[in-house]
Amino acid sequence: MKPTDINNPEYFHRVIDCQYACPSHTPVPEYIRLISEKRYDDAYMINWISNVFPGILGRVCDRPCEPACRRGRVEREAVAICRLKRVAADNREAGIESRFPKIPEEKNGKKVALIGAGPASLTVARDLLPLGYTVDLYDDQSAGGGFMRTQVPSFRLPEKVLNQEVGYILDMGVRTFFNHYISSMRSLLARDYDALFVGTGAPRGRDLPDLPGRREGAAGIHIGIDWLAGVVFGHVRSIGRKVLVLGGGNTAMDCCRTARRLGGEDVRVVVRSPLAEMKASPWEIEDAREEDIPFYENHLPVEFVVEQGQLKGMRFEKVEPRYDDQGKRTLVPSGEPLVLMECDEVILAVGQLNAFPWIEEDLGIEFDQWGLPVLGEGTFQSSLERVFFGGDAAFGPRNIITAVAHGHGAAISIDLFCSGRPLTERPGPKVSLLSQKMGVHDWLYHNQIADDLRQAVPTADRTKTLRDRLMEVELGFDRRLGHTEALRCLNCDIQTVFRVEECIECDACVDACPERCINFTANGTEEDLRRRLLAPARELSQALYVSAELPTGRVMVKDENLCLHCGICAERCPTSAWEMQKFSYQSPQAGEK
Amino acid sequence: MTFFRPSFRHPQLPANQAGYYLRDYEGGISTLCAGCGHDSINGAIIQACYELSLEPHRIVKLSGIGCSSKSPAYLLSAAHGFNSVHGRMPSIVTGANMANRELLYLGISGDGDTASIGMGQFVHAVRRNLNMVYIVMNNGCYGLTKGQYSATADKGSVGKKGEPNLLESIDLCEIAIQLGAGFVGRSFSGDKQQLVPLLKAAMSHIGMAFIDVISPCVTFNNTPTSTKSYHWVREHSEATSTFDFVPFRQEITTDYENGSTEAVTLHDHSVIYLHKKDPEVAVTDRRQAVDALEEHKEEGLILTGVLYVDPESEDTHTILNTSERPLNSLEQAELCPGSAALKEINEELR
Ligand SMILES: Cc1cc2nc3c(=O)[nH]c(=O)nc-3n(C[C@H](O)[C@H](O)[C@H](O)COP(=O)(O)OP(=O)(O)OC[C@H]3O[C@@H](n4cnc5c(N)ncnc54)[C@H](O)[C@@H]3O)c2cc1C
Ligand SMILES: Cc1ncc(C[n+]2csc(CCOP(=O)(O)OP(=O)(O)O)c2C)c(N)n1
Ligand code: SF4
Ligand code: SF4
Ligand code: SF4
Ligand SMILES: [Mg+2]
Repeated sequence: MKPTDINNPEYFHRVIDCQYACPSHTPVPEYIRLISEKRYDDAYMINWISNVFPGILGRVCDRPCEPACRRGRVEREAVAICRLKRVAADNREAGIESRFPKIPEEKNGKKVALIGAGPASLTVARDLLPLGYTVDLYDDQSAGGGFMRTQVPSFRLPEKVLNQEVGYILDMGVRTFFNHYISSMRSLLARDYDALFVGTGAPRGRDLPDLPGRREGAAGIHIGIDWLAGVVFGHVRSIGRKVLVLGGGNTAMDCCRTARRLGGEDVRVVVRSPLAEMKASPWEIEDAREEDIPFYENHLPVEFVVEQGQLKGMRFEKVEPRYDDQGKRTLVPSGEPLVLMECDEVILAVGQLNAFPWIEEDLGIEFDQWGLPVLGEGTFQSSLERVFFGGDAAFGPRNIITAVAHGHGAAISIDLFCSGRPLTERPGPKVSLLSQKMGVHDWLYHNQIADDLRQAVPTADRTKTLRDRLMEVELGFDRRLGHTEALRCLNCDIQTVFRVEECIECDACVDACPERCINFTANGTEEDLRRRLLAPARELSQALYVSAELPTGRVMVKDENLCLHCGICAERCPTSAWEMQKFSYQSPQAGEK
Repeated sequence: MTFFRPSFRHPQLPANQAGYYLRDYEGGISTLCAGCGHDSINGAIIQACYELSLEPHRIVKLSGIGCSSKSPAYLLSAAHGFNSVHGRMPSIVTGANMANRELLYLGISGDGDTASIGMGQFVHAVRRNLNMVYIVMNNGCYGLTKGQYSATADKGSVGKKGEPNLLESIDLCEIAIQLGAGFVGRSFSGDKQQLVPLLKAAMSHIGMAFIDVISPCVTFNNTPTSTKSYHWVREHSEATSTFDFVPFRQEITTDYENGSTEAVTLHDHSVIYLHKKDPEVAVTDRRQAVDALEEHKEEGLILTGVLYVDPESEDTHTILNTSERPLNSLEQAELCPGSAALKEINEELR
């Protein structure tokens, strides 16, 4: 293999598993360390800069970082990255706004329209306002937040938390136009906007229009996302005793748990697929089970049973999954008799669709066969050059943190576009490598590896939370639990940097490394090396760090996979050929060079 | 500064035939200087015990005084251990060995501990062919007392203080061969490829298995002008042979047609296959072994590998006809056979 180029910022970025997996590349280990030092404001600001909604995301983020977390490979469970974010938010001082960027009195003369007030648009606003842009925000709802407000239930995300962090952005000087549905893109384009950003989400819930009984039973059949919005705005206040929720995604989990709070006693989730293949996050499924909600797998809906105009139940066909050689699944009937489940109401949570009925076809904004806008690679720019898309509107339903990441990217493009520069001239990440050496064998970070298992998040009394849909279920970590959890972080941003010219090949690091990461061996192809290392190196997504040739003709090969970043190699190295250095990586944002 | 090794280990490391994992052979975290050759040797001992599937609690680790003699703290936490006084490790092994011959005795010593203060003890343990593995971590100096030249420092070698060593050096391997050790080898801490199989062969030998391991003292004796430095040893060492050690019961997978391969079967039926540079030299010949050492020395080279093996040698237990069973398992009837037995003995002496 060729020697690893550690000057490529993506090499060490990749080693920070959580940060790399986070769509907006939040510097996770940095904020976790700050929490362990009780520097909550600093931890909050790191988050706020990169993911904009720490208090919100610290409760409801989809947390792609956690399955990626190194700790989950080293022991049983990942660090509770998401809930630690909440610790930073819960413990921040009032008045943290004083640390936000100043909004210039004098504007730059450029006007941008944002359509939809979800996390994508709000991020664009936050990134552009400090640069002097004038920002107009349109949304058909009465307040900002998009689906974070209309869909995510209050027992997971209290309104107060939402209002605060949405408010931070609106208070930066956004001109808001709420209760304002944009029905024509043409007329908006006719206004004097330099750029327009479409962040309207994927606002249409999928229906089962052709299932027998759908029309007759309509009064008792609801589209999940419309129903949840109805609950938030108080149009829906109760539900029947027996409720069937169809679908296995996170929307279904919110629907069934909300139904339990509105009077549903026998609430069931019915899915077509096997339980193991449900789309919902494991923790959301877990939370639903905690509230006595049973799951029925491999049930294909056949018809709504309606008697005298009254929904009575649903019939399902039992199916079995079959997998072909490619692992592709088909569901085949099991041959068992149809299953009848009685119910008073049904909630359909079987998917979401994009819809742009308000964008006229002849404007030059192209859409693909799935109805999604055709966008420039990595620029979020549509085929009409001053129109940009982001969030669920751009690539279909995802999650909040992805919408935020799109917002950052789109803001960069809009800023370049408005200043007449090519969109390819994008700023790069801000990176630095900083030695952590402090004295002979001491480091600037806490390098002792804690043995504690993942701490459980305390919850409120279930009998109370089930009675009040506004009462938050999770109480969050207190400072003490947060501290214990924070110390579980392996500091993956503190890199092991190898200087080949210093190494005397004494082998000390090889022997001292508890995970057997380090090898000195003859060079070879990656495949060959992976087979020859001291410990199995089968995790192909994790890099091998390879040095230039050493005096004995061998090379140093380190498998990054299970490195604990404990610094023992560097402590045991007589020549400081290994050194622990903190790698900071900050994703680019609008206005940076 | 790390005082406790993290408790996590690579989850895919396999267990050995006895069901133990590498970590079961580990000891406490080293407090030696970073880069000390002794640490590498400890690593090799751990690896050898793991590969031989030895049961950790059937091993006894013993030492004298010195950085090298601190090793029992850094390996085999689950083994029995004894840190004796300076140079007295051989006596302790002798005593323990007499009391229980069923255990594996690993004596770990330094060049000072063995070739200076412990010389008298060393030569007699070798003479008796005591059943043990005797490892000298040879750095040519007294590391623990700040690097004074030891008796194995080569004449003319220059350590950190800059003054050359003016005295003749003792070659412990030559002495061991001359005094009847059944297995003698030399290696380098920086060459685990050679050291691990050498240790495994030594652990399988019955009788005195002596290994001198050159082990640079990074702090006091790793100057370019020292003959015990990483750099010097790498430039000036030459192996007698490459060899494979095949433990008893393990399938022999390699085909040794070549006339230059010599097979030596040890007491426990494991086999060492030596692939020699010079097919004429027999590793079982004492005279040739000493000659080879001297010839290399004349050329300024350090000869490493298996230097001498006598698979026929008789160890102390055989010579003295000692108790097969550990003394602590003998019952009163055996220890105190009664007046009839005493009478019999007395009759013999009349
Ligand atoms: C039930 C449910 C639960 C969810 N839970 C989570 C969760 O726990 N964690 C997570 O990360 N994600 C969750 N999501 C997904 C997440 O809400 C979305 O991915 C995210 O909000 C998308 O952000 P966005 O900015 O693209 O648009 P949205 O948040 O969808 O906001 C778009 C806004 O635009 C408005 N709008 C649409 N068209 C127009 C128009 N023509 N004129 C004016 N306004 C318009 C909409 O009403 C809406 O307010 C959930 C989604 C659902 C449905
Ligand atoms: C009876 C006695 N005399 C002297 C000493 C001082 N002393 C401690 S270690 C040592 C030399 C150790 O040298 P070596 O065995 O080569 O070990 P190294 O530290 O080099 O590994 C000496 C002389 C002692 N501890 N006890
Ligand atoms: S920091 Fe060094 S010693 Fe610790 S696990 Fe990583 S490579 Fe091994
Ligand atoms: S401890 Fe340092 S000098 Fe020794 S082999 Fe490792 S990197 Fe090289
Ligand atoms: S003084 Fe020399 S022998 Fe002792 S620990 Fe340090 S390097 Fe090793
Ligand atoms: Mg010494």
